[in-house]
Formats: sequence, C-alpha cells, structure tokens
Amino acid sequence: MRDDLLLEARGIVAGYVPEVDILGGCDIDLHPAELVGIIGPNGAGKSTLLKSLFGLIPVRSGTVELRIPGTDGEPEQVVDIAQRKAHELVKLGVGFVPQTENVFATLTVKENMEMGAFLAPSKVEERFQNVVELFPRLGERASQQAGSLSGGERQMVAMGRALMMDPRVLLLDEPSDGLSPAFQDDVFVNCRRINSVGVSIIMVEQNARRCLQVADRAYVLDQGTNAYTGTGQELLHDPKVIELYLGTLARGLID
Amino acid sequence: MADARSALGIEGIVSEPGSRKPDPVLMADGITRHFGGVTAVDVSHVEFQRGQITALIGPNGAGKTTFFNLLTGFDKPNTGTWEFNGKSLVGVPPHRVSRMGMVRTFQLTKSLTKLTVIENMRLGASGQRGEKFLPALVRSMWSKQEDEITERADELLQRFKLDHMRDEFAGSLSGGQRKLLEMARALMSAPELIMLDEPMAGVNPALTQSLLGHVKSLREDGMSVVFVEHDMDVVHDISDWVVVMAEGRVIAEGTPTDIGRNQDVIDAYLGTHHGQDLHPEIAKATAARDELLAAGDDVDIADLPHSELPTEVPAEPTDEESSPDGDAADGAPSDGAPSDGEDTP
Repeated sequence: MRDDLLLEARGIVAGYVPEVDILGGCDIDLHPAELVGIIGPNGAGKSTLLKSLFGLIPVRSGTVELRIPGTDGEPEQVVDIAQRKAHELVKLGVGFVPQTENVFATLTVKENMEMGAFLAPSKVEERFQNVVELFPRLGERASQQAGSLSGGERQMVAMGRALMMDPRVLLLDEPSDGLSPAFQDDVFVNCRRINSVGVSIIMVEQNARRCLQVADRAYVLDQGTNAYTGTGQELLHDPKVIELYLGTLARGLID
Repeated sequence: MADARSALGIEGIVSEPGSRKPDPVLMADGITRHFGGVTAVDVSHVEFQRGQITALIGPNGAGKTTFFNLLTGFDKPNTGTWEFNGKSLVGVPPHRVSRMGMVRTFQLTKSLTKLTVIENMRLGASGQRGEKFLPALVRSMWSKQEDEITERADELLQRFKLDHMRDEFAGSLSGGQRKLLEMARALMSAPELIMLDEPMAGVNPALTQSLLGHVKSLREDGMSVVFVEHDMDVVHDISDWVVVMAEGRVIAEGTPTDIGRNQDVIDAYLGTHHGQDLHPEIAKATAARDELLAAGDDVDIADLPHSELPTEVPAEPTDEESSPDGDAADGAPSDGAPSDGEDTP
C-alpha cells in the first residue's frame, strides 16, 4: 500500500448473483481527509462498489487495504478489510450511510444517535455533542421522531449517526437522492463540513455535477470498471463524461 | 434510414416539449400524480405519433414508469385526461385498455412461472369463449378458438425464437427469454400500440440485438411503440422520436440527434447547478480542512476544538425566491456578521 493513502482498493470484483460480476475490477484510492466522488451512469456499479468496500456484499477478488494510524503505544498498521464484515469495519473507523431508509423512523433523533454509538455506549453523550456541533439542527430536534423530519433532516440524522463512532472514513451512498434541489445543496455542503474536520469521505452520487464541484477527486465508473478519474474540476468540464451518460446520443457533442 | 424517417413524417414535427404530431395514437393532457408531498408526474401535454417508435427516457426518478402506469390504467392520476385513438382512457381499468388495443409490458416480467410458455402465451389472447362459466363446460364451444389461439401463439414463439421452450415452465426461462415471452404474450392481443417498460434491462448483450430487431419489426408490422429505456445506445439505435422526462415533467422532445445536443437533457442527467453557487461554503469548509492537513496528523471530531468548526450554513438559499418550506434559516449567521470583532473565545 502506498504511504500517502488511507485506503487503497485494487481490482475489486463483486456482484449479487453467483457468476454475475457487477464490478469487473475497480480501483479506488483515498488520501487522508480527502473527499472523493464516485459517479457514473445508471448501472455502472457505483453503489455496488461502496457496499463491497463496507463488507455488505462479498468481494470476490481484489484487495481493500485500510491504514489504521498508531495510537499511544501501538504502531500504525495496514489491514486488508476486503473480507471483513460491516460491524468489524465500524470498529476500525469506517462509517456507512445507506442510500434510502437510512434512519430508524420510529425512534427519536437522539435514539438514532445512540444506535450509532452502539459499540461505544459510554461515549454517547460526548459524541452526540460533537455531532450537534456539526449539525445544530439535530440538537434542536433531539426528541423528535426521525420519521417526522424532512428528507434533508433525515439525511442529516443518517450522517450524524454514522459520525457517532468517530469514523476516519465515511462512505456515503447517494446522499442527495430524493431531495429537493435546495436540500441537495445543503447535503453537499454538509459533506464538505464533515470532511473539514478531517473525516475522509467516499461519496457515490447521481448528481454528477454537484458531486464533481464538491469533491477533491472523482472516479467515473462505467459498466463496473474505472472509466475516468481526475480532480473534480477536470472531470466537470470533460465532454467524455457527458458522453458516458448519454451514450451515442451525445456523439455530436464530442466531434 | 433518412428517407425512412421522412416517410414517417417526422420532419414536420417541432422538437419541443409537448409538440403536436400529425396523427397521434396516444395523447395526454394535464396529468399529475402526487405521492404524499412529492409530485411524481406533472405532464402538461404530450402526444405520441402513430407508427413510430418513441423512446421515453430520463434520469432515475424522473417519473417514467409512473407515467406509464397512469397511461395504461395501472395507477390513477390526481388530475388529467388522456386518450388513445381519440377515445378517453380516464377511469378505464387496465384490462379494458388492453382490449382497446393498447398493451404494455413490465420492467420486471410478469410471466406465470408455474405455467408453461405456451400456456402463458394463450393467456395473452383476449375475448376467449372458454372464459365464461357455462361454455367452459362444453369443450366443443371453445376448442376451435383455442386451436386458433395456439396456432397464433406458436407462430409468435417461433418468431421470438422461444419455440424450443414451448412446453417448459416459464419459471425456467432466463431473464432475457422472459423479456421475449413478455413481448410475445403482449402481441397475442393484436395491439395497435405496445408500451414496453425497459425491454432491454437485464437482458444479456447477446440477446439485445435480436430483441432490438423484434422491436423494430413491430413498427414494420404497423404497430406504434412507446418504450422506457436507460441504455442510450439502444435509444439511439431504434427510436424515431425521443421524449425526455425529468422530475415528473417532459423537458425535451426530438429526434435522437436533437436530444443528444439538448442542454436541458444534459443538465437533467448530470445534475444542474440550480442557480445557487455552492462555492463560498465549499471553499470555506475546504480551507478549514486544508488547515487541518497542514497542521499534521489525522484529526477527528472529538479532537477538534469547537472554534475551528466552520460556521453553520443557512438552511435555505437566501437570495432565491424559492423557499421550499417555512422554517427559516436558523443556526449561527454565516460570516460577515458586523458584531464587534475579534474578542470571541
């Protein structure tokens, strides 16, 4: 694993049904405190890639290495997390926010946060305060049922809950999905704010342009493989990306 | 190809949302469908030309399938009228819609897995005498009709290259073969208009070409085709006309070539900027992050002194006329507050 990386995924092959690989060997790098976007047309394998990084679907081949920084006394180590289960990854400092139905609707906001700190019950209060610093709105709504919140606020709850375990790496699956444009913008800004305190983020997004505007770097997937990669700004103005989304329909644009 | 297109009369049609067609087989007006507070479909006017293959495309969540369900009677709109061949379809249940000559297929195929392929096919024919209770008891009253139906079914199975699976359970077919069966069964009712919901989804590439050929052959047989599709190459390959939906509305119409150059379509697929500039907030947060990086090793929320957090972002765009819901921006005002300066902790 390269020295400057926090997470390095190489040649990820994964899928849901036996013998059908959705991902045909994807690579992802993540630097410390970096915000990386993953975009691509429908069916490109974006969410599949994220789920395979988090152990929600088995990685058939390939490696995912995660650097665990040394803490007092213990040396730094590099762990292959490709075959680890999701709950083990949470302990290792990886958080995941699913695309939909990502809050416990019948629980209050505070209870949702407590669920997030399931593995560290003694630290609930302290961490809840940290999350409220980042999302004051969650403090105001602490005793409200999560199901009664707006879509934008629910997304905040889901992200807040993932932050309760103090993750080093946060994986976000289409955080802007199903939100109105103004709320979508809030979500993108919130991603950056989470990142601003040092959390590294890998974000899968359907709103490609916004994602590229926010991300430091991005990967464009196509049919389960890496198609393009670059900084958000480079890709934002790359006609090849449009072509990937619109296929031969957009042929005229490229010539 | 070009003269085939002019023969279809596309040249006179304007490439704009809701444009008039010389001979529409299906048209819809003022269709809206709400789910709770979400408007899934809001189509003010759209027409589909007879004898053409029209693609209905749009990004995820654009409302294509919902619109399909509304047009075919599988769901009811909150408002709107729509008609097929000049006859209103408002309130007409799906089985009657199909008897009128407008039949649909489903994205996730609806084959009856415990029936054989030929039995599935026979079910697709409408007006069968044996469906009535008393005649059902007397075989001679319907056996001749059933033979005719079976003959027709066998012809279609041959055409769709499913004849070798004739007596197998539909459940044993591959995904692609089920798609073929779905389409073949739809043709059993001899429709004028066939509506295909993602006919190519889940079909392996080897079968795609033949499926495409089948769709084109429907047009050659004089049918009109409307289909929802995500694969842009397929859309480009077979459609005469493309209707683009986004966020429930029809945002563009035109030939495949027009559509590929349409800025609204590109925006719909890649995400728009919504007019609001995120840049100041992003830049502020990015700068805070970069400062952290410069300071050294990895920092997490817990370690972070409270004053280093960037200020809360206003919840709503302040300068826009759009304010999605009542609750105003709370939280700390963003920077530039004129308060008396730098004596904060």
